Amino acid sequence: MNDPRTVLDIKGLTVRLPKDSDRENAIEDISFCVNAGEIVCVVGESGSGKSVTAQTVMGLNPPDQLTPTAGSILLNGDEILNIPQPMLRKLRGERMAMIFQEPMTALNPVIRVGDQIAEMLEIHTDMSVSERNARVIEVMEDVNLPDAPSMAKSYPHQLSGGQRQRIMIAIALALEPDLLIADEPTTALDVTTQAQILDLIKDIQRRHGTAVLFITHDFGVVAQIADKVVVMRNGQMVEQGTMDHMLHHSIEPYTRMLISSVPPLIPPKRALMTKGKPILSTQSLVKTYGAKGWFGKGRVVHAAKRVELEVRRGETLGVVGESGSGKSTVARCIVRLINPNGGEILIDGKDIAGLSQKALRPVRKDVQIVFQDPYRSLNPRRSVGKSIVEGPMNFGVSKTAAFKRARDLMEVVGLSPNALDRYPHQFSGGQRQRICIARALAMEPDVLIADEAVSALDVSVQAQVLELLDQVRKDFDLAMLFITHDLRVAAQICDRIMVMKLGEVVEQGPTASVYANPQHEYTRILLDAAPGRDVDFTAGVSAVR
Amino acid sequence: MNTEVLPVEDDEIVKSNKPSPWVRLAKNTSVRVGGFLFSIILLMSLFASLLTPLDPTDINPSNRLKPPGYEGTLRDNDGNKYQVTARMGTDTLGRDIYARVVYGARISLIVGIAVALISVAVGTFIGLVAGYFRWVDAIVMRFMDGLMAIPAILLAISLVALSGASLTAVIIAISVPEIPRVVRLVRSIVLSIREEPYVEAAISVGTPTYLILWRHVLPNTISPLIVQGTFICGSAILLEAILSFLGVGIPPETPTWGNIMAEGRDFFQIYPHAIFFPGIFLSLTVLAINMLGDGLRDTLDPRMEGKF
Repeated sequence: MNDPRTVLDIKGLTVRLPKDSDRENAIEDISFCVNAGEIVCVVGESGSGKSVTAQTVMGLNPPDQLTPTAGSILLNGDEILNIPQPMLRKLRGERMAMIFQEPMTALNPVIRVGDQIAEMLEIHTDMSVSERNARVIEVMEDVNLPDAPSMAKSYPHQLSGGQRQRIMIAIALALEPDLLIADEPTTALDVTTQAQILDLIKDIQRRHGTAVLFITHDFGVVAQIADKVVVMRNGQMVEQGTMDHMLHHSIEPYTRMLISSVPPLIPPKRALMTKGKPILSTQSLVKTYGAKGWFGKGRVVHAAKRVELEVRRGETLGVVGESGSGKSTVARCIVRLINPNGGEILIDGKDIAGLSQKALRPVRKDVQIVFQDPYRSLNPRRSVGKSIVEGPMNFGVSKTAAFKRARDLMEVVGLSPNALDRYPHQFSGGQRQRICIARALAMEPDVLIADEAVSALDVSVQAQVLELLDQVRKDFDLAMLFITHDLRVAAQICDRIMVMKLGEVVEQGPTASVYANPQHEYTRILLDAAPGRDVDFTAGVSAVR
Repeated sequence: MNTEVLPVEDDEIVKSNKPSPWVRLAKNTSVRVGGFLFSIILLMSLFASLLTPLDPTDINPSNRLKPPGYEGTLRDNDGNKYQVTARMGTDTLGRDIYARVVYGARISLIVGIAVALISVAVGTFIGLVAGYFRWVDAIVMRFMDGLMAIPAILLAISLVALSGASLTAVIIAISVPEIPRVVRLVRSIVLSIREEPYVEAAISVGTPTYLILWRHVLPNTISPLIVQGTFICGSAILLEAILSFLGVGIPPETPTWGNIMAEGRDFFQIYPHAIFFPGIFLSLTVLAINMLGDGLRDTLDPRMEGKF
């Protein structure tokens, strides 16, 4: 940071939303600057306008829907807001570049990745073909891709998510732009991959002196890489300052709320349950996908290999692992949304693994599940009340009794009972997740499975829903199976932890001891990869208090 | 983690600013124009007897092949003479083409609407079952593929030939080739909806399969089916006219637009009006229905949203 040259200077930027929207402006009077060799994180919850800010800089907003009405954006001192498209096109790539959240869709699936990098050079430079190819290998090596010459010839589907995101970064860096805009580049990635990509971005910024504008919702990520932080909320800038200032000296309540919502990696003390018979257990549960094809044997994926678990009443078992570890498969087998290939699923001593759909129906009420996506878990065409009473009425509860119970449950999950006749689109994500919990509780289950139930929620809402889940577990004496990829979340709510990798359970034990003293190599890697693990998010808050 | 669980009050609930589908429909030009034309033709067919005093099947050999605007005399059952104007001329048997065209609208609309309803109803049922139960799918869809491989007009001709010419036979003959199209549409929707978490949630609270299909899956098929239904209606009207024109449709004495045109085919070069007038009405009706369908698709299909 010896070079204080300002690369990006945003002053009083205001972007108007289309007429029928819930507020007038997407962003209002945003001002901050990004210097060379500096990482500025724009952090905020969904709807804060952080992505709109990034897209306005790149000139990528849909022209009829989002119109900048005031302010200026200076790139190296030149105005780039509302300049003609051809001029903007020349700047993109050469002087500023962007990487996106979804590496699966940001690359063209039918063009070799090397050619996609070369395309940038072809458009913006007059390099010869051999010069271009040499440069492609050079940038690929720059983003630490192994065996660059052969990987340049592969198609996107042949690469992993992390490798694709590296290709995206290579494309962005091919022309050595002054400004790199990263819009949630690690949100769709696993923790271990996320840690690598964050390291890479930091490393590149250090080596090339690139100015980085990094958009994220995760304060853990911010703590890991940011030099400066801009906090946004509902289209307005709450405050900006250095990382250190934000963590330790901020007096803005919203910033402090965001920071304190990051769950600590240290599990709180919990009384370990050892008494009582397990209400849910599995014995060598096996699920394999794609075993038989029409023409010979297809590719076989072992989603669950001899999984054994036990949950008692009033206990929460956390299942953690990265994508593809088989944690959701186990959950879906237990709810019997998919049929296991072998093993036993014992609910209160009764094996349900092999039951026919008909024999299964009476057992269904004992095990309930809450899904990840609050926007798709409720039928948009049915009022939430109808969704909640559907289950009990299937089992012969009268309509009046079911609705009476639904009203009570709405209060249990912290919603107004009068909202029962509203439709899902009238609720926010967190509220919908509460409704889903109410729907599950309406069945008076013994076992509640939360399949990434808080992963799609904003941090502040996440904390509340976690609290609620823990509360209902206590109040209704439920056995809870909590599936998550987020070790911070798992630390807060789970009594015991089960770590899965590629369909296998690699470690199992009381949360506190697994976190303090991980036995398996993979558990250690996972714990090390948690973003911002060295930062104590409670320190700053208490210091201010 | 020290957050309080607070009850949600009414003002915290998100309000949607999106106009309702009915408002968007009423704003769409295609829907307005198509709907206006279609209602005129519908009214014409309903009140045909008010629009012409003549019987469309009355044969009058002395008034054969008269041009439009011809004024002739007719005798009623009591022997009283009265003056009539053949606004669209007469055909080879002296029948009034205007009367036949006006009454013919009834047959066309009956065929169009009946075919749309039958093929959508049957197709939806088969599609729901095929989409939800995988083992049924393998069998049913192969049969549907086979059905789709035969050109609709040939299939219809052979079906009518098998059962003899009548209105019912024509309706069934036109419906059968349309069914696979509806089945495919419904099946594809079911395949994506059955993976939705809310359907899985319904399974896990023990909702029986028929209720899942009825409550959670079927409502999602309604708007695409309304659109598909209008297009089927339009093409069924055309197909009926083609069958009649080829002489394999509804019996020739019944006034249908296809029959009138078939009747006028032999003298087309000298008396084009016998084909011209029913042709105009046929095109207008199909145009109206297709415009209505286009407009419905633009407003009801979420994928088209924001494109106009």
